[in-house]
Amino acid sequence: MSLLEIEDLAVTFGGRTAAVRGVSLGVEPGETHCLVGESGCGKSVTALAVMGLLAPGAARRATRLRFAGNDLLTLSDRGMARLRGNTMSMIFQEPVTSLNPAFTVGSQMAEVMTRHKRVSRSAALERAVELMGRVGITAPELRLGQFPHQLSGGLRQRVMIAMALMCDPQLLVADEPTTALDVTVQAQILRLLASLKRDFGLAILLITHDLGIVARVADRVSVMYAGEVVERAATADLFAAPQHPYTRGLLSCVPVPGKVQRDRPLGSIPGVVPTIAPGFAGCAFRSRCAHAEATCAHEISRRSAGAGHDYLCRLAPRESALQPA
Amino acid sequence: MNAAIEVAKLRREFVLRAGLFEARRRVIAVDDVSFTVPVGSVLGIVGESGCGKSTLARLILGLLAPTAGSATVAGKRLSDLDRKARARLIQPVFQDPFASLNPRRRIRDIVALPLVAQGTFARADVARRVARVLERVGLSSEMAERMPAELSGGQRQRVAIARALVLEPRIVICDEPTSALDVSVQAQILNLLGDLRRDLNLTYIFISHNLAVVEHLASEVAVMYLGRIVERRETDALFREPRHPYTQALLASVLTPEPGRGVPDVGLGDALPDPANIPAGCRFHPRCRIAVAQCRSVPPTPVVADGGGMVECHLA
Repeated sequence: MSLLEIEDLAVTFGGRTAAVRGVSLGVEPGETHCLVGESGCGKSVTALAVMGLLAPGAARRATRLRFAGNDLLTLSDRGMARLRGNTMSMIFQEPVTSLNPAFTVGSQMAEVMTRHKRVSRSAALERAVELMGRVGITAPELRLGQFPHQLSGGLRQRVMIAMALMCDPQLLVADEPTTALDVTVQAQILRLLASLKRDFGLAILLITHDLGIVARVADRVSVMYAGEVVERAATADLFAAPQHPYTRGLLSCVPVPGKVQRDRPLGSIPGVVPTIAPGFAGCAFRSRCAHAEATCAHEISRRSAGAGHDYLCRLAPRESALQPA
Repeated sequence: MNAAIEVAKLRREFVLRAGLFEARRRVIAVDDVSFTVPVGSVLGIVGESGCGKSTLARLILGLLAPTAGSATVAGKRLSDLDRKARARLIQPVFQDPFASLNPRRRIRDIVALPLVAQGTFARADVARRVARVLERVGLSSEMAERMPAELSGGQRQRVAIARALVLEPRIVICDEPTSALDVSVQAQILNLLGDLRRDLNLTYIFISHNLAVVEHLASEVAVMYLGRIVERRETDALFREPRHPYTQALLASVLTPEPGRGVPDVGLGDALPDPANIPAGCRFHPRCRIAVAQCRSVPPTPVVADGGGMVECHLA
């Protein structure tokens, strides 16, 4: 049984916008599952729906939403609060806005643990120091007394990760954890997440818009577009034979050093992700797709491209990997 | 060679006080930087946060005065020009299109502002120029009536580019113009900047923390570390054979979509650079994999590399 099971999840805002439309995915213990897509695809809303953190006015429904034996659909707010930061934690893109500027790093980290576990503040601070060392923060005792503004962006994100690990979670939901960071720091943070997965068996639901990151850290991938999972596969299969035109488009956008031809344009996807109203029919990507035709406006059924690899498009499976543009 | 930008021994210091009772510290943000950018070419400047690349951009734009050295643009010292003349010559595009557009103005008015500020354009002329530049960057006339909040990140960055180009400047300084955008939108913006440069014979300085992003546009790439340019080479040569260990680490940090390769250890360690506390000898040595005794005591001098470039390393 998966650690996290999502079946047919839908989220609407005020009955006008369908942000998530029938998302199904499972995250196994110790697995890194990537949700990939552009801004506005519903990746973050999916994560927030799992964490029970949707804004008021959002409606969530699903046929199944289970985490480690808990039915999240029927769990009370207090029940959710007991899980969050405890067995499931979340880190966000912008560590500046997710840390409280008025409290020291130490007090924020200790609070996570004293709230969920029967431990003293000093024991919690001890754990904080241990975890800060684990995530590569030098001089952790000194950092405990510092305020978030005294730390660099990379350090803040490490503090966020250490804080998320305080109660030894089974699942970490990471929403674009490296987008605001330098590429050098990004590599360090992603290495850290990979080692946490290896050493603690941590399952990670990683949200990103960058297929370069997906290739390097994911075990399985769900590609989201306009609220739907349009393709899902094991990482190696997705990159060996990407099927959905959106996946192929995203892949062509990643600049690869040494393979760029300066006299030719970079691969890109024209236009932006549309806002989808409830009741929308057909393929949501058709307005930006080079292969679109009249049948794309009707219901599309999922096609299989091999074991554990399916996609939502009328086109027949292709074997070839994408040739770099 | 016709130089659009000439920077000679440029230096800028800041005096910082971390707290009320702490000693003043001197930060050298840009340290003895020299280069020339020919008309119609693109210089990519790459480095991590705090390396001085944005300070360098502000010096070239004339928004900051240098402590020493000079920056000349199209043969003129920026300090000799008034603001209006400077605006006709050189324009910036900044990283965050959410912060750089006035949220209370319509797109049409945001793009028109540089023309209106000149005070010499008739109203009909302003409207015509705004419509033309919006079309050129791929925004419909219907967009012109909207407010920034109604636009996506990519559309906002197109507005920022339109505003930079409406006075028909010859030089555009792009400071991380795609860092806040999705990769798919980043590609659109990079392609647009490339087309505009070709069609209008513009000169760019293009700043990024990601080497992969500058490759497509830049004719030459300068790598900055703690205020100094440590390597400057013709783009193809730099990507084919990076010579400075820092350039090599930056290149290794680029995550290409190749599954199974994992995330590389770029070998930079945790000793993050502090511009207020620049190490003796080679300033990169605490993070350098191949540093030897000489690197800890003797600052390297730039050596000429292929094709007129330079590299500043004892071991390169």
